[in-house]
Amino acid sequence: MSNGTFRPVSATQGISRRQVLKRGAAVAAAVAGSEVVGAPTIWAQEIKDIELRHVGVSYSVVKAIGDQAAKDLGFKITMQNLDTSAAINRFITQPNTVDIPDLEGWQAKLATKRGVIQGINVKKVKEFDNFLPIFTKGELDGHKIPRQGISPYEAMYIAKPDATELHEGVTDWATFLPQVYNADSIGYRPDLVGHKVTEWKELIDPKFKGKAAILDVPAIGIMDAALCFESAGLIKYGNKGNMTKEEIDFTINKLIELKKAGHFRATWTTFDQSVQLMAAGEVIIQSMWSPAVAAVRVKQIPCVYAPVNKKGDKEGYRGWCNGLGLMKHLTGKKLDAAYEYINWYYTGWQGAFVSRYGYYSPVPSTARKHMTPTEWAFWYEGKPAPEPIKDPYGVLMEPAGTVRDGGSFIERVTNISCWNTLMDEAAYMNKRWNDFKAA
Amino acid sequence: MAKRRGTTHNRTTHNRTTHNRTGWLLVLPLVVVLIPFFVAPIVGVVVASFVQSDGFGGIVPAFTWENYANIFTSRLTLDLYWATFRFAVFAWFFSLLIGFWIAYFLVFHVRNPLLAMGLFLLCTVPFWTSNIIRMISWIPLLGKEGLINSALLGVGVIDQPLGVLLFSSLAVVIAYVHQLTIFMIVPIFNSMARIDKRTIEAARDAGASRFDIVRLIVFPMSKTGIALGSIFVVSIVMGDFFVVKVMSGGGSASVVGAFYEDVGVLQYPSAAASAVILTAVVSLMVVAILRTVDIRRELTK
Repeated sequence: MSNGTFRPVSATQGISRRQVLKRGAAVAAAVAGSEVVGAPTIWAQEIKDIELRHVGVSYSVVKAIGDQAAKDLGFKITMQNLDTSAAINRFITQPNTVDIPDLEGWQAKLATKRGVIQGINVKKVKEFDNFLPIFTKGELDGHKIPRQGISPYEAMYIAKPDATELHEGVTDWATFLPQVYNADSIGYRPDLVGHKVTEWKELIDPKFKGKAAILDVPAIGIMDAALCFESAGLIKYGNKGNMTKEEIDFTINKLIELKKAGHFRATWTTFDQSVQLMAAGEVIIQSMWSPAVAAVRVKQIPCVYAPVNKKGDKEGYRGWCNGLGLMKHLTGKKLDAAYEYINWYYTGWQGAFVSRYGYYSPVPSTARKHMTPTEWAFWYEGKPAPEPIKDPYGVLMEPAGTVRDGGSFIERVTNISCWNTLMDEAAYMNKRWNDFKAA
Repeated sequence: MAKRRGTTHNRTTHNRTTHNRTGWLLVLPLVVVLIPFFVAPIVGVVVASFVQSDGFGGIVPAFTWENYANIFTSRLTLDLYWATFRFAVFAWFFSLLIGFWIAYFLVFHVRNPLLAMGLFLLCTVPFWTSNIIRMISWIPLLGKEGLINSALLGVGVIDQPLGVLLFSSLAVVIAYVHQLTIFMIVPIFNSMARIDKRTIEAARDAGASRFDIVRLIVFPMSKTGIALGSIFVVSIVMGDFFVVKVMSGGGSASVVGAFYEDVGVLQYPSAAASAVILTAVVSLMVVAILRTVDIRRELTK
């Protein structure tokens, strides 16, 4: 590894810890050297028939990443994409057809309860100590990460590898390991909106009647709506990520009111739809995902990702995080291969890849080594890009001098005020969301 | 003699069993396909509709009417069925209107059978692409900055783009009609092709107008095709959620869309109950159509 000098401490720690585990050292060496020399011959013979099926949503389970991992590790990796609800349904109803489930925090909680995943031994994860404490300890620079919704930290630990209840506080067994995450807010057309947007309430402002859209995935759409209503001072939620029935009723009734007044031009469910809506001029403001905003800009259409920094109890981004799990049926060599794959994920190639379309790596220290100084300055430090910025596939995204919307990594992440969730009242919420759709 | 009679008797029984066995063998492939792929899943869904959910994708194996009670006491059910029925009726009406005349034209006005076949195949061209592409293609045509709006704005008929063209109930009906008219054309074409042309000539000789011929001869004799086409269109619309979701821009709900959301949060029992009710409703609609037109009699005529 060319930049090995950047992390002498962690590398030594990782290896010395592994020497306790008998075959661990060889495995570690295989990983450490994988990018240069490939895996040792014996290991390579044993694993070449192994296939890992990594299953999850398209923005998190990316073929290019799987291909690179297969190249570096020497066994087969198949990436399969499903939408959020199809994915969790598959993990739970056909657990044996998946090896590496790509889980959000709330999905990790569900999968744990259903007993379809096994705990990940964090001692076998080489970079674990370099994970940002947002995930491993629920804090960043002494700043407590909010727990509205299901924060990754909250869903991360179990007491024993086969536990079916989450554990409060740090243990050696993880339900899932974060691999990609971001802070979501509102996208808008600056040319048509006419002023800077920094508050969620703009999305429900009557002046955007017929030109606004909202996300139609009930579990997170309702949180975007909640952020709007809280921002407008209409209600104060106990926990936006786990509403009471009364709070759900208030939120949905308000949404129905807006819909009847013709406020929403559309609702969207996929990344492409949101890009299409904005690029075709159907809407000028909508809840959106960061790479979707970039995709609109690539079409030479101005689009801004609103920096919704927290103001007291209001505003803030809705955070989400996807991570790698281990299905319960994995054993023996296949389980070893799965640990290899997990370890590969945090060596930096994948972290750099996802950073190039606006997401973040949980181990920025390794991702940085695979990024140019320009990319690091733009995506993580929030500085004006010294050179033009390209996406992971080499397409020009931003000209030199552009500053990332929302600023630096620290500024964006510490302004997350709630996380993607599955509420206790999910069934009720869903029924009410259908009322909104049918209204 | 006695021996002989015995033989005859044996032969008859033997014949009957052979006959039975052949019958069973003929039915067997269908049974082998239907039981695991149709009967078993349906039974599974029906059973699932009578158990409780634990809220985490699991089920509590205790019998309950609750899932059905919730559906029948909810105002939402009525709204959803009303919305879906409306789409079904509009889609049925327009696809019948268009499909009938296209079939009529192909059968009675295109003299060259080769040309008729060619035009008939042309009707299937939209089906060479996927459903998704067919729907996305409407956006550049119907959108606010789409062809129709641009043209109308250019001509000066309107000064604001019409929002109602896309992401509206109108857009949903347009997409359905575009997609389902072929399901009307095919069976109606089939029925019309079986009408004896001499009947039409006789009617014309007897002084019937072209309209009378359609009203009194062609339409009644195409009833089978119309009924079959109607079954296709109605059951497809009742069971769809995707077209509604995309073309209404998420603004309209559908029966299936609602219980698909239930599946999304792992509420299998309530989704199963909704599915059972929808199956029953669609079956009733099919029965109603079959009561109006005796397809079996018409087909074997």
